[in-house]
Amino acid sequence: MIDFGYGLTPSSTLKIEDVRLPAFGELLRREPDAAKCIACGSCAASCSAGVFTEMNLRRVILSLQRGREKETLPLLRHCMLCGKCQLVCPRGVNTRHLILSIGKVYQLEEDKR
Amino acid sequence: MSQNVVVIGGGPAGIEASRKLRDLGYTPILIEKEPVLGGHLARWDRLFPDGVDASTFLDPMIADLDGIKYFTDTEVASINRLKDTWVVKLSNGLSAQVRAILLTTGFDLFKAEKKEEYGYGIYERVITNADLEAWFKSGAAPQFDDVKVIGFVHCVGSRDEKAGNRQCSKVCCVTAVKQACEIKEKFPDATVYCFYMDLRMFGRKYEDLYLKAQKEYGIRFVRGRVSEVSEDLDGHLFVKAEDTLFGKPMKLKADLLVLMSGMTPAASTQQLARMVNIQTGDDGFFLPKSLIVSPFTSSREGIFFAGAATGPKTLPETLSEASAAALAIDHYLKTLQR
Ligand code: SF4
Ligand code: SF4
Repeated sequence: MIDFGYGLTPSSTLKIEDVRLPAFGELLRREPDAAKCIACGSCAASCSAGVFTEMNLRRVILSLQRGREKETLPLLRHCMLCGKCQLVCPRGVNTRHLILSIGKVYQLEEDKR
Repeated sequence: MSQNVVVIGGGPAGIEASRKLRDLGYTPILIEKEPVLGGHLARWDRLFPDGVDASTFLDPMIADLDGIKYFTDTEVASINRLKDTWVVKLSNGLSAQVRAILLTTGFDLFKAEKKEEYGYGIYERVITNADLEAWFKSGAAPQFDDVKVIGFVHCVGSRDEKAGNRQCSKVCCVTAVKQACEIKEKFPDATVYCFYMDLRMFGRKYEDLYLKAQKEYGIRFVRGRVSEVSEDLDGHLFVKAEDTLFGKPMKLKADLLVLMSGMTPAASTQQLARMVNIQTGDDGFFLPKSLIVSPFTSSREGIFFAGAATGPKTLPETLSEASAAALAIDHYLKTLQR
């Protein structure tokens, strides 16, 4: 849809072609496993923090690729690094390490601004 | 005297190819390690997408083995290259010298107990797709009578790198939908759930079956891989998954859980590959020369494949590959004579 600039509320459409992902590129360099996720949800299903909070690793990985990290990065704070997600991930993603790397990479990005 | 061709594996691929080779004028020697022919199909009750009885296909095939020498309870002891022939020694002491061997060794069902988090072999109410077919086929009374909630778990030992199988087994999605409808007929009051990651309804009429499952049988589909199963004191199950469309973890209390065990390379694959010195892929299935134009030809002279020995396949695919392989062998042997 063309945005004529007269709208009262900004469009909430995901403008996927505008999404630039330098931070995600850096994450992939450190953590190539991030590209292996098939969004099965096993991690979110077994997550100890997810029972009480909105923490959801599947959603975090997806939102990083859609340029919506602001919405989901704070969720990672609920992670206790218990590693249950790592036990169930069918792709063998080292999820604990991935979570730590996300923290590092996106924190670095924050500092640059 | 007509020329012999050795066919290793007496499932639908091996039987069909043997019949076709016989019709082309050869004498197939069909070898099966189990006491009966028919492979997995012999233990299956009904077939997707129409629910026809598996035996309506298999019985006529097995009744039509005139001109085929077949040996059950028999394994291959060794295979050696001798000039331009293959010498195949069997566990029953017989041996054959042939110019062509067809490998129709099929697949093994993934051993569901390897996915310990699903509790197969630990919790009574966790069964597999094969157990369910065996029960359907037996016509026996159900083992549990208080079945109100039933779950089907897709992709058990498939699309799972940790279980050592990255491949999709292709047929279990539609099998789960078929079995979900069938079990709903047995327990009309039960609510039936299918937990899937993607629903692979690729074949003709599969999508219709999926629609029918929702409309006529009220099967509920949840997109999310089951992460773990536990048991309460009465032996009922708690199933955990994320509803990935809704974006929330969920828990289901179930009375019966059916694991859709996938296809893994047959145990004999590596051994046979070494005997005739051919390659397997990193998924462990035999690797044909080309997956597109000649999925039934190997990289070695006189060695051919048909069916799930080269990866998960449906029954119709297996049967047509068996015919194609028989023709390829005929062509190969005729070329040798020229
Ligand atoms: S369990 Fe692994 S593959 Fe599944 S959503 Fe989580 S990270 Fe992705
Ligand atoms: S066919 Fe369906 S259930 Fe079977 S492995 Fe593929 S996606 Fe999973």
